[in-house]
Amino acid sequence: MSTDARAEAALALHRFGLGPREGAIAAIASDPRGALLAEIGRPAAGQIVSPDLLSAAQAARNAFEDAAARNARRIVDERAKKAAATASAMTVSLSTGAPADASQGEPPVAQQVLLREAKARYDAAISADIGFAERLVWFWSNHFCISSVNLAAVAGGYEREAIRPHILGRFADMLLAAEGHPAMLAYLDNATSIGPNSVAGINRNRGLNENFAREVLELHTLGVRTGYTQGDVTSFAKALTGWTILPTVDNPDHGGEFVFNRRLHEPGPQTIMGKIYPDTGAGQARAMLMDLARHPATARHVATKLARHFVTDQPSPALVERLAAKFRETDGDLKEVTTALVTAPEAWTQPRSKLKRPGEWMAALLRAVDIQKPDIQRVTGGLALMGEPLWRPPAPNGFSDDSAVWIDGLPQRLDIANLTGERNAARIDPVALVDTALGPLASAETRETVAQAASRGQGIALVLMAPEFLRR
Amino acid sequence: MTIPALSRRNLLLSSGALYAWAQVPKLARAEGRDPRLLVIVLRGALDGLAVAAPVGDPDWAALRGNAAFGLASKPAALPLDSFFALNPALPNFHRLYQAGHALIVHAAATPYRDRSHFDGQDVLESGLAGPGHSETGWLNRALAALEGQGANPGGGQAVAVGPVAPLVVRGPAPIVLWVPQRVLPASEDTTMRLLNLYRHTDTKLARVLEGRVALGNMSPNDVSAAAAMANPPPTVPGIAQLRPYFSEAAGNAAKYLARTDGPRVGALAFDGWDTHVREGILAGQLATWLDALDGAFAAIESNMGEAWRETVVVAITEFGRTARLNGDNGTDHGTGTVALLAGGALKGGRVIADWPGLKPADLYEDRDLKATTDLRSILKGVLRDHLRVREKGLASTVFPDSTGVRPFEGLLA
Repeated sequence: MSTDARAEAALALHRFGLGPREGAIAAIASDPRGALLAEIGRPAAGQIVSPDLLSAAQAARNAFEDAAARNARRIVDERAKKAAATASAMTVSLSTGAPADASQGEPPVAQQVLLREAKARYDAAISADIGFAERLVWFWSNHFCISSVNLAAVAGGYEREAIRPHILGRFADMLLAAEGHPAMLAYLDNATSIGPNSVAGINRNRGLNENFAREVLELHTLGVRTGYTQGDVTSFAKALTGWTILPTVDNPDHGGEFVFNRRLHEPGPQTIMGKIYPDTGAGQARAMLMDLARHPATARHVATKLARHFVTDQPSPALVERLAAKFRETDGDLKEVTTALVTAPEAWTQPRSKLKRPGEWMAALLRAVDIQKPDIQRVTGGLALMGEPLWRPPAPNGFSDDSAVWIDGLPQRLDIANLTGERNAARIDPVALVDTALGPLASAETRETVAQAASRGQGIALVLMAPEFLRR
Repeated sequence: MTIPALSRRNLLLSSGALYAWAQVPKLARAEGRDPRLLVIVLRGALDGLAVAAPVGDPDWAALRGNAAFGLASKPAALPLDSFFALNPALPNFHRLYQAGHALIVHAAATPYRDRSHFDGQDVLESGLAGPGHSETGWLNRALAALEGQGANPGGGQAVAVGPVAPLVVRGPAPIVLWVPQRVLPASEDTTMRLLNLYRHTDTKLARVLEGRVALGNMSPNDVSAAAAMANPPPTVPGIAQLRPYFSEAAGNAAKYLARTDGPRVGALAFDGWDTHVREGILAGQLATWLDALDGAFAAIESNMGEAWRETVVVAITEFGRTARLNGDNGTDHGTGTVALLAGGALKGGRVIADWPGLKPADLYEDRDLKATTDLRSILKGVLRDHLRVREKGLASTVFPDSTGVRPFEGLLA
């Protein structure tokens, strides 16, 4: 096997995957591009099937029941305390020392669900051969991001239901699945947006919330400064009224699902970017979304983001245009667009100057050091420490793909690498780790620095913090 | 190849030039001053009308309906002058205002007039006249300009708070980053070895790690093994932790700025001001966030100690919100808003506003509070009169294409 082929294999694992596991570089060195395409060619690429995971709607209902039950218990406890206080001081309190209810010590259901989902996500990342399909999931999940703040129970379900099935399908299908998902409708406030001239709007003197419409245009489809106006935002927001969530509070068996409520829907035709859309109920906004998915500005926006995420912070116009053209020609077939990305010459010649985002670096660390069953709370805690808390971006534009944003968090990575080194010193040899994780990418300086390390733990930390491991 | 022997002494020698902590700008030093500047970026678009209500405007009550709070609200707004009253969630800020150590600029905005958070934040923090990609922020370029004036022969630096430095402070002048310590830190020996590797292979990474080393040298109390908490890992700051979180972040920035050998400029960002639904101006979301911000002001004042009298804190946001409430008792993205300034160096106790009015025709596009003050004029006034950045640099490198925007006169005492 030539050094060049092995270097391409290592590049493929770092740039498009989640970093090498032991033997991974050699395993794909005969055809790195082919290996990437083979991974996304598998029938269930990017899917997670697990009997432990609930649908987002079921999780929302469980979390609601849990919160309601906790509240009820709190009221009962308070009553009991009052009763005890008013009873004779001579009476021995029955509750002394005894836990009122074992389940009270457990974290809320929403938190438990979130951790189970986080574990499933990292299990998939750790066990993948290359991790290209997972990287695509992470990319699209960040493009259509929601935040788990207030939505802890549904964040994981949202990704499995709206994102994963479509990463290699049509962009329009992912767009409809994401924008129609209750998690998104709650996150961007559409669930409570009401047409001012709808039945509910008139009766309750309520109205529009334009947050969702603006972010769909700016972040999910066309991109900012592509010609749409405040008037387009308002009209789109009107068309989207009625896209809401079946309340869990009224219905313990069916709740938390998408519903179109015509009572909230602004009546009448709407015009965006010069095109009139008749009022067909839920179909009105759906027709707009279908047109947005096909718009050349959307193709360009998506192409730019893909190239920026996988290849370089400032991708060449030629690369962006090639991906955008593929998007337009194939009506947004993401498998075709992804294939164009992997087979682009720039994807293999661009210097490895991008800094891995904290989540990618964490996955690469777990894979390199062969930690197959990490404590998921440590993982999510580490991600928060490094500034990329799982499913909790600070704003609807998601986590940044600009290396400059992440570079200042380096000292936090060092502390985590240090801890990882100390905990795994007994079973990992740092010099072998250089070959596993970096192989032909390792510089002479890195090899020498690791070889001279004062301890195995320190050596491991130095590999995980080497420029070749941080960058891709 | 051979890597030179690693030693503590090596590091100090080679990084000494980068981190000479003598940060008093030359002109200020000649005047016997040692100015500090802390910039707080409030991301998400703060509703200025909910911070300082124009209770003297006859159209105020009709505009906001039930949410039009005033001196008779419960809790009652705090009087600022005959026209404006402050949200009661800001008692510390009000106390500073009464002492002449705080002021509010109202109906202000950057030159950005569209309503994208992210373009708006880029304009706010980059200092550019319009949206577009920028790798540097105006505060960092102001430091670089001072260096160009010969103020900081050893190189200026700024401290930022949190694992992701705000754009406003990124750029050519070195920055150091402070993050609450939650994991046992790597040893000095490990850090030095890594730094040595970076110096030979990746200078960008080296520069960041040098910042960590400099910070560690400066503050043995904050970054120590004793302060480290390996378990449990940090979690989301919930509502109850918001005020402590803001206070910790801002208070630590102040601790560094207060030191005689510390940086003189700092920046941090607080998210969460995007109040589309149930804004909760007097009780609820916004009131909670303002309460946390008020705690941050108090923590800064107290941790600055003696240096407070030489301090200016500027809290700014990308734009304001709609003048009227939306259908969800919230507000959508708007234009004019407030900037909150605090610090002993200010000529405070006043609201600076060229009030545009609240009648439909007075509003920008019949929806937002019109912006009548260019925020850059305020920032230029602070940078010129407090840090002594020259006007020429302010109009060219710090805020490009802003020659027509004059520095606001008389902000400082």
